[in-house]
Amino acid sequence: MAWDLDSDRPIYLQLVERIQMQIVSGAYEPGGKLPSVREYAAEAAVNPNTMQKAFSELERSGLIITQRTNGRVVTDDVELIRKIRDELAQEQAEVFLRKMAELGLSREEAIGVLRQIGGADNE
Amino acid sequence: MSELIEIAGLSKSYGRVAAVNNISLKLPKGKIIGLLGPNGSGKTTLIKMLNGLLTPDAGSITIGGVPVGPGTMARVAYLPDRTYLAESKTILQVLDFFCDFYADFSKDKALSLLASLGIDPSVKLKTLSKGNKEKVQLILVMSRNADLYVLDEPIAGVDPAARDYILRTIIDNYNPEACVIISTHLISDVEKVLDEVVFMRYGHLVLYTSVDNIREQHGKSVDAYFREVFAC
Repeated sequence: MAWDLDSDRPIYLQLVERIQMQIVSGAYEPGGKLPSVREYAAEAAVNPNTMQKAFSELERSGLIITQRTNGRVVTDDVELIRKIRDELAQEQAEVFLRKMAELGLSREEAIGVLRQIGGADNE
Repeated sequence: MSELIEIAGLSKSYGRVAAVNNISLKLPKGKIIGLLGPNGSGKTTLIKMLNGLLTPDAGSITIGGVPVGPGTMARVAYLPDRTYLAESKTILQVLDFFCDFYADFSKDKALSLLASLGIDPSVKLKTLSKGNKEKVQLILVMSRNADLYVLDEPIAGVDPAARDYILRTIIDNYNPEACVIISTHLISDVEKVLDEVVFMRYGHLVLYTSVDNIREQHGKSVDAYFREVFAC
């Protein structure tokens, strides 16, 4: 299945976000091998050059590492993966709080809503 | 980035109408480039000059440093905007025809692509649906090992699933040392696979930039930007 991409933002950025998500969520394990640029590009139905650009970006952040003989792997630096996951979680939390503020809820009230849902799920 | 195609001061008129008007452009290898413009903007005329099918009134084109002519025709794979194959031939006969014509044609590759689509190569072209006919012609072109692939409206008139197949075939089969030029007005369908775009209007070059540049600078898709630039 081709990946769903927004039409108004650079494609490579969206690929970076998608692959980051796959790594922090554990779909690709620390130290695990990643598909090749071509395989990934075919899966996403995007240009291989754009996928290459996304990979370069992820290499710069240290999340993926190119090994001369073994292709590309996810970093085995679990700390780094956790740090990036926390950053992404924080971004999402900010988005949530901003939307709640638009609805007129204070931060406390918004957190209350979260607790309520979280509590209901645990029952 | 090494340039594959160099176009300098290129012009072509039909009577008093200038179809291509003084275009200069350098295109690199290894990229998939969209040639975009409204109807009658000169896209097909430019493509035919790249293929040596039309002679420019003025200016020059070189491909890999060689002026367009017999020397470049063997290195350029062209998908015209209309069918040119004899309908009464079978696909196998057409494959043999391509083997005779093009030293860089891989019959094995064409057969395996046909098999992946479940198209029987022993049938006559006239029995194929429009979508399958388009796919067969694309397979013929992409089974060559060319320096330049020029695809004129490869996805016009086929359904969305067939478009996806065609675009995927282009991505999977083009050689990273080659350049692919795709002319189309179905921009939203192809923009995910394009590196760069060339906008043409009234035979002039309007813009040559990368897809991500347009998205970064204007915060909109190439399709939306095109509608803005060419608003009637």
